[in-house]
Amino acid sequence: MRFAFSDQQLEFAAAVRDLLASCCTPAHVRECWDNETGHSPERWRQLADMGVVGMTVPEAHGGLGMNELDWVLVLEETGRAALPEPIVETVAVGAPMLAEFGPTELADRWLPAIAAGDVIVAVQHQGKPYLAAAGYADLLLLASGNEMHAVPRADVRLVEEQTSVDGARRLFGVDWHRTPGTLIAGGEGGYRTINASFDRGALGAAAQLIGLADRMLEMTVAYAKEREQFGAPIGSFQAVKHHLADALLAVEFARPVVYRAAFSLATGGADRSRDVSMAKAYASDAASAVSKVALQCHGAIGYTVEYDLHLFMKRAWALASSWGDAAWHRERVAMAVLGPVPGALPVEPDPDPLGETLA
Amino acid sequence: MDLTWSDSEAAFRAECRAWLEANVPASPLPSGDTADGFALHLEWERKLFDARWAVVSWPAAYGGRDATLWEWLIFEEEYYRVGAPQRVTQNGIFLLAPTIFEFGTQEQQDHYLPRMASAEDLWCQGWSEPNAGSDLANVRSKAVRDDAAGGWRLTGQKTWTTRGAFCTHLFGLFRTDPDSERHKGLTYFLVPLDADGVTVRGFGRLDGDEGFAEVFLEDAFVPDANVLGGVDEGWGVAMATTGSERGLTLRSPGRFTAAAARLVDLYRRHGHGAAPSSREAVVQAWMDAEAYQLYTLQDVTRIVDGEAVGARSSLNKLWWSELDVRLHEAALGLLGPRGELIDASPGSVDAGSWMKGFEFALAGPIYAGTNEIQRNVVAERVLGLPRAKGGR
Ligand SMILES: Cc1cc2nc3c(=O)[nH]c(=O)nc-3n(C[C@H](O)[C@H](O)[C@H](O)COP(=O)(O)OP(=O)(O)OC[C@H]3O[C@@H](n4cnc5c(N)ncnc54)[C@H](O)[C@@H]3O)c2cc1C
Repeated sequence: MRFAFSDQQLEFAAAVRDLLASCCTPAHVRECWDNETGHSPERWRQLADMGVVGMTVPEAHGGLGMNELDWVLVLEETGRAALPEPIVETVAVGAPMLAEFGPTELADRWLPAIAAGDVIVAVQHQGKPYLAAAGYADLLLLASGNEMHAVPRADVRLVEEQTSVDGARRLFGVDWHRTPGTLIAGGEGGYRTINASFDRGALGAAAQLIGLADRMLEMTVAYAKEREQFGAPIGSFQAVKHHLADALLAVEFARPVVYRAAFSLATGGADRSRDVSMAKAYASDAASAVSKVALQCHGAIGYTVEYDLHLFMKRAWALASSWGDAAWHRERVAMAVLGPVPGALPVEPDPDPLGETLA
Repeated sequence: MDLTWSDSEAAFRAECRAWLEANVPASPLPSGDTADGFALHLEWERKLFDARWAVVSWPAAYGGRDATLWEWLIFEEEYYRVGAPQRVTQNGIFLLAPTIFEFGTQEQQDHYLPRMASAEDLWCQGWSEPNAGSDLANVRSKAVRDDAAGGWRLTGQKTWTTRGAFCTHLFGLFRTDPDSERHKGLTYFLVPLDADGVTVRGFGRLDGDEGFAEVFLEDAFVPDANVLGGVDEGWGVAMATTGSERGLTLRSPGRFTAAAARLVDLYRRHGHGAAPSSREAVVQAWMDAEAYQLYTLQDVTRIVDGEAVGARSSLNKLWWSELDVRLHEAALGLLGPRGELIDASPGSVDAGSWMKGFEFALAGPIYAGTNEIQRNVVAERVLGLPRAKGGR
């Protein structure tokens, strides 16, 4: 038993934190709110050069061949920086999906290009009907019933651009047709692909939510030490202290739940889907709670778009309900732990539990 | 990271489980916070001691098994899993003992620890006084030097003393320097309750059990050998004890994961027609217990690596105490109109133990330092926020 990361894992995450501290400052995030795509190609290149983009691409395909335990802290850092690019989709979901479930032709075609930073991935999935970053992604991973397809963006039509509360998130619907050449997996294998990818996406989002929550808390604690009212720092007032203590409690207890889910996925644990759902439920709840505390303790300055807090809050709101929200994931844990509602008539399994069409 | 148990830990678990399953009383003992129940719990404690399960993490010389912190967690998990009796010796073995290991002289360790392990000496905790609750540094009970007799004469009143009416000894703070203020000039004393000048009066708690006591001291004599740590240095010694109380040792996760498993079982039996919000409360309580377990595994890894837990133990206390309340509320939510039935009343479910558990859970945010105080500690000592002007 040892619940801690290796030095190597910690060092990699620290290096990513340093990189993002220079190339993904709040000012950079604001640029993505304002520019055409919501994306910085230079930053993606830098992340690729460091090996982050290819972390999960197998070594044979030019990547680092890393797993969930290796990336969970890295994705937490991308959350802390509110990185706009689809790192969850590319690193946590896309590359492992192609490597684990895709036919050799698709893996050979896409994985080296992902690792090189030349191909960005967007994903459409249960609980995620709109594709973030599809405007500039090169490869779209699209679900249709129990099939998963890898479709070049050039072959689809993006429809209905949606506006997110988070200005760096550009969301699209997609109009496309299945072809045999794009099939990653179907039938039984398709379900496994879809489930495994959903779990990885939910874990990736959970990790980012922990980073976001931690960042908002850190900003608020710093502000509370500086801002004075009634001749004293507001952080000396007990009401403010208790808000912040509650925020820390939420983050610190969500954290090991998220890390355990990474362990369960990395080791193929039998309860991995349940563990991921616990992680997403706690991370979503923690980030939502911390965002409220952060705003309240800032007062009106936090309620402006000039101040940076809103960049992190809005990302947190978006991710909290992406890849399944807390209530959905709690029910998934309930199904695993409690089973169906006692006495309820057996029902057909819901093919689309989130109430959204899969294709 | 490796969240699996080693072969030797698995073997330890199997050994605990086998002994506990063979020896745990078939039907639950009456509450250990009543005179009759306490006596029955003592028989159990002595049985545990004879089989060397009373204090697994202690050295063999004092009745333990030199178990690692990991093995201790495993033991606790198995202990609560089989529904073994409450530990009426807990204030000694979990709170005082770590302090004696840290601050006691060799003689004190050799004298007190084995007697504590075997449940010959039964310890209660004497911090609170009528005017010193959250503000523990306001202790007024005093100790006056008696040079001729080679010791101290204690005078004052302690209150809310858990199981004080059934215990043989009290540990607590007394003011040894009459001119001192607040945290200074306090000394940690080990007091036999049969000393002349000591009167103990038990009284009822919220659940009706005689779990509380007041302890009156009038010129009660204790020898120098009963001072733990230095004279006038009691505050620092006491803080070690309260750290144990908030942190791991008093409330290990096994207790809550076992309660959560019982809640799941209750849901299976009584969840028919439960409102979706009740189902959600049940699963949240299960997850909260699981989260406490995971948090603890992370904490223990840090401790094993030599890091100090320090003020972070207040986070621990907030979590377990508030999760325990939510867990019992979820259970009562499932029971509806039967939730109020107690004392094995004919219509009660599980003999009314959920209401009893709820009443006890409600004490969690009060004892071991109220949760308001814990939030102050977290804010000031973990987050580094400034102290209020003029103290608290
Ligand atoms: C079941 C149970 C068992 C106990 N067992 C023992 C025992 O064995 N030995 C022992 O010594 N004591 C014991 N206690 C007493 C316990 O330690 C005290 O109840 C606790 O320290 C609080 O003190 P108080 O009850 O005097 O409340 P007070 O200190 O009067 O507090 C009342 C309320 O005011 C709040 N408050 C006080 N100060 C502040 C502040 N600075 N900031 C914000 N809020 C504040 C508190 O949080 C609380 O909500 C036990 C208590 C219970 C309920």
